[in-house]
Amino acid sequence: MRHTRSTLVVVGHGMVGHRFVQAAIERGLTETHDIVVIGAERRPAYDRVALTSFFAAESADELSLLPEGAYDDPRVTLVLDAEVTEIDRAGRAITYVSPAPGNVTEPLTNPGRVETIAYDALVLATGAAPFVPPVEGRDKDGCFVYRTIEDLEAIRTASGSATSGIVIGGGLLGLEAANALVQLGLETHVVEMAPRLMPVQLDGSGGATLVRHIEKLGVRVHAGVLTEAITGDEAVTGLRVRPAGTEEGAETTTVDAQVVVFSAGIRPRDAIARECGLDLAERGGVLVDEQCRTSDPHIFAIGECAAPGGRMYGLVAPGYAMAEVVVDALREGPGTFTGADMSTKLKLLGVDVASFGDAFATTPDALELVYSDAVAGVYKKLVVAESEDGTFRLLGGILVGDASAYGVLRPLVASGIALPANPEELILPASRGGVELGMPDEAQVCSCNDVTKAQIVHAVAEDGCETVADVKKCTRAGSTCGSCVPLVKNIIEEHFAAVGKVVDKGLCEHFRLTRQELFDVVAVHGYRRFDDIVEAHGTGRGCDVCKPVIASILASQFNGHVLDTDNRQLQDTNDAYLANIQRNGTYSVVPRIPGGEITPDKLIVIGEVARDFNLYTKITGGQRIDLFGARMEELPAIWRRLVDAGFESGHAYGKSLRTVKSCVGSTWCRFGVQDSVALAIALELRYRGLRSPHKLKGGVSGCARECAEARSKDFGIIATEKGWNLYVGGNGGAVPVHARLLAGDLDTDTLISYLDRYLMYYIRTADRLQRTAGWVDSLEGGLDRVREVVVEDSLGLGAELEAEMARHVGSYFDEWKATLEDPAKLSRFVSFVNAPDTPDPAISFTEERGQIKPADSEGPVVLGATIPVGAPDAARVS
Amino acid sequence: MGAEWERVCPVDDLEVERGVTALVHGQAIAIFRTHDDEIHALGNYDPFARASVLARGIVGTRAGVPFVASPMHKHAFDLRTGRCLDDETHSVPVYDVVVEDGVVLVGRRKQAVA
Repeated sequence: MRHTRSTLVVVGHGMVGHRFVQAAIERGLTETHDIVVIGAERRPAYDRVALTSFFAAESADELSLLPEGAYDDPRVTLVLDAEVTEIDRAGRAITYVSPAPGNVTEPLTNPGRVETIAYDALVLATGAAPFVPPVEGRDKDGCFVYRTIEDLEAIRTASGSATSGIVIGGGLLGLEAANALVQLGLETHVVEMAPRLMPVQLDGSGGATLVRHIEKLGVRVHAGVLTEAITGDEAVTGLRVRPAGTEEGAETTTVDAQVVVFSAGIRPRDAIARECGLDLAERGGVLVDEQCRTSDPHIFAIGECAAPGGRMYGLVAPGYAMAEVVVDALREGPGTFTGADMSTKLKLLGVDVASFGDAFATTPDALELVYSDAVAGVYKKLVVAESEDGTFRLLGGILVGDASAYGVLRPLVASGIALPANPEELILPASRGGVELGMPDEAQVCSCNDVTKAQIVHAVAEDGCETVADVKKCTRAGSTCGSCVPLVKNIIEEHFAAVGKVVDKGLCEHFRLTRQELFDVVAVHGYRRFDDIVEAHGTGRGCDVCKPVIASILASQFNGHVLDTDNRQLQDTNDAYLANIQRNGTYSVVPRIPGGEITPDKLIVIGEVARDFNLYTKITGGQRIDLFGARMEELPAIWRRLVDAGFESGHAYGKSLRTVKSCVGSTWCRFGVQDSVALAIALELRYRGLRSPHKLKGGVSGCARECAEARSKDFGIIATEKGWNLYVGGNGGAVPVHARLLAGDLDTDTLISYLDRYLMYYIRTADRLQRTAGWVDSLEGGLDRVREVVVEDSLGLGAELEAEMARHVGSYFDEWKATLEDPAKLSRFVSFVNAPDTPDPAISFTEERGQIKPADSEGPVVLGATIPVGAPDAARVS
Repeated sequence: MGAEWERVCPVDDLEVERGVTALVHGQAIAIFRTHDDEIHALGNYDPFARASVLARGIVGTRAGVPFVASPMHKHAFDLRTGRCLDDETHSVPVYDVVVEDGVVLVGRRKQAVA
């Protein structure tokens, strides 16, 4: 047997081509094959489904599926900016030219590189191209398609000088494009020939509900109209339309616009296959069998360029499935592609839309159940069929305005299990539905990654997964579109309930409640004392876990002094002495320096205090100064000096706002577009002293260069020409997370109201010691959920959250100043209760680089000689 | 009471579930008053963190056992025996303590309980 390696050539590096290579590596195909991938675009595969988020992204890299630009596996070669010009089927070789002619805008100085590669197997993943209908004037300046990052860059450039834009096509992609135009600040029109939006997915009522939603956002919808011509000389000035179904010459109207985006469907990119004589489907696309093999057994086609059984699939999930099938075929496995679930769930312009199964009730004897609330803008339809045993089966449905039931409903279609006696309950508001129905093991839960209920249960029962995040990692379920996440969560919980495993979400042995539940309990009952809370809702006397949590909740809600009588025994290490304990039992002191701005005089005061108390001095990452080595009993004297000079507590010791870091901003910086320092100071002063589930950090950058590193913070603000972009959920540390865009181009007042809501929502609902990044991820819906609550105010909580923050801001006081004014609070700042003038002998220092450092401790220190007592030294008895 | 008992402070100065440090026989001793009004005295030195800090920890119960969590790395010590509840190989010394005429007195180190 020969052991020569084979060569596998993949043409196309889009989402499906990339997934194919990933699967090939994961499943060991590179043990026997060298893979050459040829991509026509200049960048490696990126997430085209999320294309609209490009405008919010810092750079195109955020969308990249291969940010490193190359595969880890050295047996995979990626060639970009290259176009395959010929497939020589007889000689089994392809020829490509690079740079790809389609990318060339300037005349080339040389003809480019031409290469020929022999293949043993060839996979076509060339995708699709936007369809531009033959409308008069479609070549004018200002006409675009919506497919690549380059398309979006061109649209953005053109939008700079435009006031309004039109999208031709009211389907799924057209509405995505409309969203992009809205984000670019254009007055946006959508023109659709069919009488409603999303004609493939929605019925008349669903489409009408969607129109009401998006017209509220300022998008004008023109449904049931034909595009006659694009007007203008060289550049677009508008679009002339007439009602669909009328003859030429009928009365027309003209919509003014300087930008026109065609989004009227896609066509398979099958030219290269056609040229080499492969069979094509009647309506385009490379005809393939169930193994995705073309009419040439050495050539496969996957994704949008392929037509399994003559049908093209314009979604990414079927493309992924085809990629897996071909990897299987190359390993001589049994996998087949026999069709795909074309169910869709997405958020278009902030509106939930889902369509699944037989949404149009085309099955004979299908019945429709409809729930519609025009006021709330919710439309839900279930299509069901009665079985012989009198029960109902779900065939499909449509959800607009609230698609939360999708995760439960869609798998019911595939599983064919009987619905409950009152199936309408599945779509009534507040319905939970779902696993109580006893979904069978083989039911597909995640359609993007083809994960069944049985696989999820296995991951939980056998592989030790306990959370949705674990299951995602283990099975990929929920890792693509995320719509099945609620169902995955239900399955995990159901399994634990079935095996009698108690998933203890309680804080500790003293409280069965979560932090969020405790927060609500305190809010409802108005408790102010730990003793009352533990007596009513807990057991025992608490511990180092629950006491600081309750201290933090009380501080968040009432903003009392953390050293007040009822609370001080609850405070964690650092809060208990309003300073940060260090390794030898001394403390460090951090005065607040809002935004990192400080006058020379105040800087001198810090220097003098550090010198007079012999403190080790270091600049922090949060643009302030940390003074180390203070003995506990020295803290009041140090703070007396600092408070007199106008300093306040920096709360470096608290689970609370630390700093809002800033760059120097437009005041000084020649690149700055906004005054980042002033905003950082305002925000730091606004949120100072705010106790929260974990520490909070902020940052403000005055331009897109991001010198304040704001996106590594819990909230980061980056200046734009028009205002501020607000990013949330970032952190540095062991697992760095970039903050993600919550809302863009905000004026300062809106920014602050969103921040108020965001922070208060976090404080109310996060777990103990959960940073904002983990909190955002833990919410069902993730960042979208935060946006719904904070920006769209979907829970109607906005005003309440802002009022809570206003109460915090209004009741702020400097807790160090208040401590200095209260002898009862000061009384504990002594070394020994019976020898307040004796410094703790366990603390000693050596010197390093001209400053103090803690000396290592050899064990307990005995002051036998200085305290004349008669007893033998107890420590040495044993 | 013999000379080996040392007066520390009025019992009213001890807040419930909040420790103080006292200097007794030249040693730093952590003194705690629990919710049920028991008073406990332990060596203040945390053998894990190698620092004299235990009096500054949070006091509570674990499965009914009164304990203090070191403010350094949260190791829990049984207030009655000094035994570390997280690591049986470590313990801190405990001391006799009484209240006489409203004053707390600390005495000898207790012998380790077998």
